[in-house]
Amino acid sequence: MTRILGLSATSIALIVAVYGVVAALLAATRRMPRLAESARSAVFATFGLMTVANLAMIYGLVTHDFSIDYVAQVGSRSTPLLFTVISLWSSLEGSILFWGWVLSGYSAIAIWLHGRRLGSMGVYANAVLLGIGAFFYLLLVGPANPFGLVSPAPLDGPGPNPLLQNHYLMAIHPPLLYFGYVGMSVPFAFAIGALLSGRLDQTWLRVTRRWTLVSWIFLSLAIIAGMWWSYDVLGWGGYWAWDPVENASFMPWLTATAFLHSSMVQERRDMLRFWNQSLIISTFLLTILGTFLTRSGVLSSVHAFTEGTIGLFFLAFIAVVLVFSLVLLMGRGGELRQTGSLDDPLSRETVFLANNLLFTLFTFTVLLGTLFPLVAEAVRGVKVSVGAPFFNRMTIPLCVALLFLVGVGPALPWRGGRRDQLKRTLAPSLTALVVTVAVSFAIGVPSGWAIAAFSFAAFAMVTNVQEYARGVLARRRAHGESWPQALYRLMMANNRRYGGYMAHIGAILVAVGITASSAYRLEREVTLSPGQSVEVGDYRVRFDQVEAFEEPHRWVIRAQLTAFTGSRELGVMDPRLNFYNGRAEPITTPAVRSRPNRDLYLNLLAFERDGSNATFSVIVEPLVFWIWFGGFVVAIGGLIAMLPPRRRAPRRAADRIAVEVA
Amino acid sequence: MSDRKRGRKLGLVAAVVIVLSGFAYLLQGGISSNLVYFLTPGEVLAKGDDIVGDPIRLGGQVVPGTVSWDAERLDLRFRLQDEEGSQSIEVHATKAPPQMFVEGIGVIVEGRLTAGGVFESDNLMVKHSNEYRPPAEGEHPADLYKTLIVEGK
Repeated sequence: MTRILGLSATSIALIVAVYGVVAALLAATRRMPRLAESARSAVFATFGLMTVANLAMIYGLVTHDFSIDYVAQVGSRSTPLLFTVISLWSSLEGSILFWGWVLSGYSAIAIWLHGRRLGSMGVYANAVLLGIGAFFYLLLVGPANPFGLVSPAPLDGPGPNPLLQNHYLMAIHPPLLYFGYVGMSVPFAFAIGALLSGRLDQTWLRVTRRWTLVSWIFLSLAIIAGMWWSYDVLGWGGYWAWDPVENASFMPWLTATAFLHSSMVQERRDMLRFWNQSLIISTFLLTILGTFLTRSGVLSSVHAFTEGTIGLFFLAFIAVVLVFSLVLLMGRGGELRQTGSLDDPLSRETVFLANNLLFTLFTFTVLLGTLFPLVAEAVRGVKVSVGAPFFNRMTIPLCVALLFLVGVGPALPWRGGRRDQLKRTLAPSLTALVVTVAVSFAIGVPSGWAIAAFSFAAFAMVTNVQEYARGVLARRRAHGESWPQALYRLMMANNRRYGGYMAHIGAILVAVGITASSAYRLEREVTLSPGQSVEVGDYRVRFDQVEAFEEPHRWVIRAQLTAFTGSRELGVMDPRLNFYNGRAEPITTPAVRSRPNRDLYLNLLAFERDGSNATFSVIVEPLVFWIWFGGFVVAIGGLIAMLPPRRRAPRRAADRIAVEVA
Repeated sequence: MSDRKRGRKLGLVAAVVIVLSGFAYLLQGGISSNLVYFLTPGEVLAKGDDIVGDPIRLGGQVVPGTVSWDAERLDLRFRLQDEEGSQSIEVHATKAPPQMFVEGIGVIVEGRLTAGGVFESDNLMVKHSNEYRPPAEGEHPADLYKTLIVEGK
């Protein structure tokens, strides 16, 4: 029953979406307003249908209806309720189903808010959104059908992938990622709408600015949550391995970040129209490519293609979108010529152009490293992977250069300014740079790149904090406001700008955390008997015992250790190995003691069956905390930038001065 | 467009071209020196001296009866063979083997071939898939923790 309901909902959604695409295209080309209304309703209808399908699946999972194919794949009677619900996205079919739901939801809100106001551009966007939807509903009816029948229904299932049920972050990371990924469809749809309707001014940018920001915030949080999960579960004490799955989430973030900057150049100076269109199309394509890479099995081997057809569907879709967008862009190329031009090389525009160049190179590097193994296997028949040193070597200089730009950009006015003014603005940042270099050499920072990263981070941090400080001081002088009041009003009066600086500050914190934790990482592997200790850095860790116990859905091996610094006892830490449902490979569960200055990270590697000894890796890494915290600050910055502009009563003159000084 | 503007535009284009070509050069060098090849013991033996020092991922099966593990010194030695079992190579690591490491299991080792013909490993992973499979005949993963439970009580 549940199965039939879900199956019907996805099938009808496909029909409605296809109908809606046709209706919207007819409405836009033949000017038939009633068909436009009908296409609009199709968007809402698909949202309703996908809601039904997803709720049906959740119901099937919770009631352990093993006659449903997907439930039989990922369900288990012993899995705790939370993990049963989130196994909705723990495997291929379910994640496509969830993707469809999020897409239909985004489409419904976007069309509800903007669809009617924008004339044929909105109607075209309506068609594009339904077109993307139709592709995903087609997957759900065809190669990724989660509602297949299993007969006879098994009594129990294996449960979701143990890696995904070992940590609560798996309840957060995938939906954040989907909200980020799927949200990029909205700006894409309106960009294509603009190209199709020929309305090539800034309307689509204005309409979709917040949509891009929302998706970007979700994507930023998703990447940070993914790193955190990897750190907390995988047991090697790292958070980023340039794994293709990670790269897949990172590439659209890079192009979206480039777009957030370059769209400002278009708004302010009417430059880069063609470029902005290209960036948002690339971002959308990279989200689809990422889904293809992570969901088709193609990464383990090109030959995975022969096993599933879903990869071919994705490739076909990517090819269609790519060709269609390129043809459109080329067709409108002449009309997309910019009217503005670069006046002064020392202006904010230039910094944004350089920023875009670096982000593009960054994306290209990651894309090359991710796809190279596929190409090598297809062309030369060899199995290779691209090692992390390639990515590090190529991207660390880019990151340092980006830090430099973050430190210069906010100090440079649009259209350029006076050189002496610039020198004065940058003086504190340059001082910070010189001091950090000197201190780094004095304390012997181990690598040149680490010195460069710390120094430019200090440089950039001072520039961005200084922007806040100057604004707050100006407000205090002008209105006699208290510190918090001045800060709040400053941010609200110009939220996009100060939200941006806040995001910069968060990104700098992330950069410092990554640099410090990799440059100063201490690691030791050691086998201990109960009562023995090991010293790593100024931590001492004593192994007390190892024990085993049973939980409904898993067996747990737990080691107990006591951590000390000097003679001070810090408490008990218990790294575990979790064995799920008879699977032979355990899932590591490290114990982490995280503090702002550093983390102590213990992982149980192996144990003797009689409990006489156990092997651990003990890792000490400074400033890891700031990576997570910085990611959070980035998101807060994005949120501030997203707030609607404050509608002000006629501004007082003093207010205006404060804003202009800031 | 004034001459000054045109000159500036040319300068900008030239700068971008220089940056791009420099970067392309770096990319090319970077990727070719950081490729990690997936090989089997037989392939490593066949290539021999040609690949000494190159990063390699070696996949194979742990030859039963060849594992020596010194927990005190964290010193692990074993031989790894092709799936057919015809050719094998000595592997040395200074890291603890994962809990599931047993004789006869499929593993992937990352590392480099040394001039002496020993494969020096920095990382050792037990081959496993994310897909569920029921335990094979004669395989009792539960044994592992059950012993500990009895001992622990």
